[in-house]
Amino acid sequence: MIRVELLKLFRRPRTWMTIGLLDALPTVVAILLAVTGVGPRPGQGPAFLSAVLTNGSLFSVAALAIVLPLFLPVAVAVVAGDTVAGEAAAGTLRYLLIRPVGRTRLLVAKLVSVFAFVLTAVVVVSGTGFLVGRALLGNQPLSAVGVTSVSGTTLTADQIAGRTVLAIGYVAFSMLGVAAVALFLSTVTDSALSASMGALAILIGSTLLLTIDASRALQPYLPTRYWLSFIDLFRDPILWHNVLRGVALQGVYVVVLLGAAWANFATKDVTS
Amino acid sequence: MIATHALTKRFGSLTAVDSVDLDVRPGDIYGFLGANGSGKTTTVRMLLGLVMATSGRIELLGQPIPAAAGRVLDQVGAMVEGPAAYGHLSGRANLALLDASGPRRSRGAPRDRTARITQVLEQVGLAGAGRRPVKAYSLGMRQRLGLAAALLRRPRLLVLDEPTNGLDPQGIREIRDLLLQLHAGGTTIFLSSHLLAEVEQLCTRVGVLDRGRLVVQSELADLQAPTGRTLVRTSDAAAALALLDGRVEHRDGETLLVRGGDPAALNALLVGAGIRVRELGPERRTLEQAVLELTGPSSDRVEG
Repeated sequence: MIRVELLKLFRRPRTWMTIGLLDALPTVVAILLAVTGVGPRPGQGPAFLSAVLTNGSLFSVAALAIVLPLFLPVAVAVVAGDTVAGEAAAGTLRYLLIRPVGRTRLLVAKLVSVFAFVLTAVVVVSGTGFLVGRALLGNQPLSAVGVTSVSGTTLTADQIAGRTVLAIGYVAFSMLGVAAVALFLSTVTDSALSASMGALAILIGSTLLLTIDASRALQPYLPTRYWLSFIDLFRDPILWHNVLRGVALQGVYVVVLLGAAWANFATKDVTS
Repeated sequence: MIATHALTKRFGSLTAVDSVDLDVRPGDIYGFLGANGSGKTTTVRMLLGLVMATSGRIELLGQPIPAAAGRVLDQVGAMVEGPAAYGHLSGRANLALLDASGPRRSRGAPRDRTARITQVLEQVGLAGAGRRPVKAYSLGMRQRLGLAAALLRRPRLLVLDEPTNGLDPQGIREIRDLLLQLHAGGTTIFLSSHLLAEVEQLCTRVGVLDRGRLVVQSELADLQAPTGRTLVRTSDAAAALALLDGRVEHRDGETLLVRGGDPAALNALLVGAGIRVRELGPERRTLEQAVLELTGPSSDRVEG
């Protein structure tokens, strides 16, 4: 069943269109930076953009920072929101269930396919960022120069490579929270659009609350609170505190929402 | 093959299915009749474990549903409320995906799987269209593909909800022949429909659902039993009327409806009196009359 869901996901033109669009934005940014040579002032704009002007290799991380606030969650919410509700709307859900496919098995397979999408999207975006950055923004070999960390000290090539892998993992894990919200909503409604939009509404709400001082008591528990903490991985030494809290928080969201999705779907009347 | 006991489903305050006792025996072609909204589809969904019953028991092939759904549904082919497929994939790819989704034990060797898909596509008349994407299919072709999916595992029991929907008269005829052929091969067929003519031509047993209740369940022949009257068509209607004075219940031009269930005796009487008989036979209730007598007003009619 998992193999079937992966086949469905990756044989669907929409999946590759989405990943293509995700790649487009960082590529456009890279071209603009290369042509104008004007970076954002330090402390403004997406993270790492000032740094990439001196070394294009860092652009893989910058690309993640560019798509993370909006593009990536939208893509993940669209794909995850479609998982169950899309099958319901197309009428294929009832035929899968009477094939028979156990409901828990179906949900697990859908979950794995969403995981696969998230991971593919994040890896492709940072991979494209790396290639585009080196092609357009200079490709000094990392080992020769070393890269300046966010804290101002110099990181070796090995350190950068390791930390980039960690960052990819952290961003992918953060996106699982979005996926879990959308997957849960997808079992509630028969409209894929409602599920995706519902998940986005929660993220936008969370992002908004983070800007309001009055909601400070809530902030440590908001799903988007620690998303950008992957930047801490590029400090010297690594500031683990927020990263770990981010992982724990996302873990709780994922477990609770997937549990709710299972509880709802396992006994639901399928009338679509 | 299918047995339900006091099967009931409530949606809030609405009782969609009310204490239904279905009994479908091996070898039946069972016609499940009912107006739109009478609870047919909800019943079918409960049989297949898609909708959970509020109360009552269901047995499918002797096993309880939904508890044994994972074991039993493998031997059941079904089409519920129209076909469904992934539009961007071909008919063949759709069947292959559906087949691969099921439990490992029911899939068989890869070569066998491909052969089965080819075979069912031929059976339903889609052999030439298996590689086209489904979004380019007509409604009738989609219907055929849905039927192919139901036949894929050579089921012992076929549960079909309005299987000829969207087909042209030739297509309906083809599907009817296919179902009869499958039935001859030992498949039990449960056919849910609001098309009385379809059921009348195909089924051996019928159950009629009216606003959630099963108002009758019997052999089709019993419902169509002679009414004890004889229909006579004659060119000498006036003379016949005079001869059979008092026994004629109704006259419509040349057609007389005569009380008495023995056409042979009546024929002898008429011919003996020199009355020319064109047509003569026992009056039978049509299935339509039987169903209309048993059921109330259409359930999608909403009175103010």
